[in-house]
Amino acid sequence: MSHEPVVQVTGLVKRYGSKTAVDGLDLTVAPRTVTAVLGPNGAGKTTTVETCEGYRKPDAGTVRVLGLDPIADAAKLRPRIGVMLQSGGVYSGARADEMLRHMAKLHAHPLDVDVLIERLGLGSCGRTTYRRLSGGQQQRLALAMAVVGRPELVFLDEPTAGLDPHARRSTWDLVRELRESGVSVILTTHFMDEAEQLADDVVIVDAGRIIAQGAPAELSRGGAENTLRFTGRPGLDLASLLKALPTDTLAEELVPGTYRISGKIDPHLLATVTSWCAQHGVMPDGISVERRTLEDVFLELTGKDLRP
Amino acid sequence: MSTAPYTPMPGAAPLGRMIAAQTALETKMLLRNGEQLLLTVIIPALLLVLFSAVDIIDTGRGKSVDFLAPGVLALAVMSTAFTGQAIATGFERRYGVLKRLATSPLPRWALMTAKTLSVLVTEVLQVLLLTVIALGLGWSPQGDPLSVLLLLLLGTAAFSGLGLLMAGTLRAEATLAAANLVFLLLLVGGGVIVPLDKFPDGVQSVLGLLPISALSDGLRDVLQHGASMPWGNLGVLAGWAVLGLGAAAKFFRWE
Repeated sequence: MSHEPVVQVTGLVKRYGSKTAVDGLDLTVAPRTVTAVLGPNGAGKTTTVETCEGYRKPDAGTVRVLGLDPIADAAKLRPRIGVMLQSGGVYSGARADEMLRHMAKLHAHPLDVDVLIERLGLGSCGRTTYRRLSGGQQQRLALAMAVVGRPELVFLDEPTAGLDPHARRSTWDLVRELRESGVSVILTTHFMDEAEQLADDVVIVDAGRIIAQGAPAELSRGGAENTLRFTGRPGLDLASLLKALPTDTLAEELVPGTYRISGKIDPHLLATVTSWCAQHGVMPDGISVERRTLEDVFLELTGKDLRP
Repeated sequence: MSTAPYTPMPGAAPLGRMIAAQTALETKMLLRNGEQLLLTVIIPALLLVLFSAVDIIDTGRGKSVDFLAPGVLALAVMSTAFTGQAIATGFERRYGVLKRLATSPLPRWALMTAKTLSVLVTEVLQVLLLTVIALGLGWSPQGDPLSVLLLLLLGTAAFSGLGLLMAGTLRAEATLAAANLVFLLLLVGGGVIVPLDKFPDGVQSVLGLLPISALSDGLRDVLQHGASMPWGNLGVLAGWAVLGLGAAAKFFRWE
């Protein structure tokens, strides 16, 4: 099996008129992984993905997808990738199964369409034409169209936007099955939990650049660390507590009687804090460990809320 | 299902299979659309029956069906190649169908080939239906079938170019409105049911250069008057075809 990156973007710049959508972006995606591209609206996620798909010509930089130039080698690349657009992509008068069967006919070794219809719960669409399908059904059809040709690499642009929780989980399961089958998946999303749940690698994009990249756990560990909070009587001697703790740990009294310890919070540190409290006759009420979520990381890095 | 149901096995289908599938789908979409059927089948058929049966318009000497049938055939070509194709393609562009197909294994030229084939399939059905109706109304066509075929093909090319130019440059709603308006104007002013010689001389010579007039006039020369190759009309159609297809190729926006 190849270990070559499935996507290799170097110094990508893309402008629309005077607006710079992507501003010197570098991205490497390992094969057979799920990569989530996270970012606020207008961050350049879709532009980056659409450049990889061959829809946009870079103003500067190089893009290689499966080792190919998405524009110059489009004919070779297209059969090997699956694309789910953010919306649309289907004849308004076509039925779900009709469109999916059609996409299957454009490929040499498509999946069994009936199995896929069953798997994505599209059987209930019956003879309804696309324009009358619910938003969720339209999303699932677009997803099915992206995978029916048995691609090596799948691009999903906000695959669960507008889905109910059940359909969302079903889509997540499919993404996991794709990875287990050896398919590489690149998805854009607004949802932190989606990135945390699904992705091997998270790429945070803001203002056309990548501002952080790593495994979800790595990202939420990095930067500011976790915190431990408790309440006790006001005015505790924190200097004496700090002597008992590792050197890079911080302790502060946020408001009288509420304490916060920041640093690498592990079982050992927790035991040290509670035994110090015992020695000083303090009952640490409401003691709790707070872990940073990807959402915190994102807010810290971009100063923006993820949701539009 | 096995444990790895999605194991990659990519590949494009053979070109012939892709084009056949795309043609079938495009044709099915067209025939399923009520407004399109009204334009391509019902209006030409009604005009043929109505104006043959009721003597509203002075169609000159001879049976009115002999004048009307060629005009209505020209109208049928325009309704499919121009109006229908412009509206359908405009909405396909608007709803991202063209965008989605652009990353499928189907090459762009194959998509355009399929669209053309679908137009031709529809035209064959139209010509068969209108011919049967016209014959039922006592039509006695003259002339050389080869000239007729050539006129229909060049007319299709001219109207396709103009339709695709419109669909690829205007918003879908604007295309819808403009394509219907042009259809109506050319129906009246293009020698389809109203003979061009009813218009003042100056206007006539301008109208004569329209693709619909060249097509209806050429078809009438052959089918009503038994003329041989109508080179003048073929030349006008070829000019429009080159202009229209060339401009469409240059200005068409896929998104």
